Amino acid sequence: MNLSESKDFLVSTASLKEVRVFSRDVFEKINLPQDQKDELVLAIAEAAQNIVKHGYKGIKETSDRMEIKISLKDGELEIGFFDKGKKVVPENVQHRKLDDIKPGGLGTFFIKQIMDNAVFKKDQTGWVNHLILTKKI
Amino acid sequence: MTYKVTEEGNVSTVFLNGEIDMDVTDKAKEVILPIVDSGKEVHLNLKDVQYMDSSGISVLIESHQRALEKNTKVVIKEVSKSVLKVIMMAKLEQILNLE
Repeated sequence: MNLSESKDFLVSTASLKEVRVFSRDVFEKINLPQDQKDELVLAIAEAAQNIVKHGYKGIKETSDRMEIKISLKDGELEIGFFDKGKKVVPENVQHRKLDDIKPGGLGTFFIKQIMDNAVFKKDQTGWVNHLILTKKI
Repeated sequence: MTYKVTEEGNVSTVFLNGEIDMDVTDKAKEVILPIVDSGKEVHLNLKDVQYMDSSGISVLIESHQRALEKNTKVVIKEVSKSVLKVIMMAKLEQILNLE
């Protein structure tokens, strides 16, 4: 089965629930174990949260929107995130060490645990950042 | 997210309900941390929490660490399967008090 669906959201913590609802709706159309669907929703929500939390750090309110595109082709799931926040330096995107127990720093770790690959692409037009998460399913 | 707090002796039980994400972590902390600061033992009942992300996990860590500072403890009760999976992914099942 192949599919491709996208939706844009206001960059806001209040949008994170909508992001999950959109993701769950898309994954309802794909034959996957519920546990795996839940993990994928978590990975998407964490990436969206990173945009709100880090891409727009210090900005209380914005009218900017972010776009999420979920595609499945030939057994490979590709999830694209497009935003106009601060430019991400991929080398600086790191999670905290797990044995350094403190609040924060786990979102990126969860994404890496769940997905096969996370890459920032430079070829987008009109967007500042384009993150692509992929996973064979 | 909604919540309910019950008191019994030196134990306050906070029943959280709904999904815990970055949008509600301030609210969750406003409920939990003052009780911890009062020195009471806090039981966090998570049976009605169907979803928790890294922000929610941060609330659990912060509550746990604050409790240690106050010589009390936070006990996580009736954690749902989906939330337990996230706690385990963060390798916190041996750190947090799970019952």
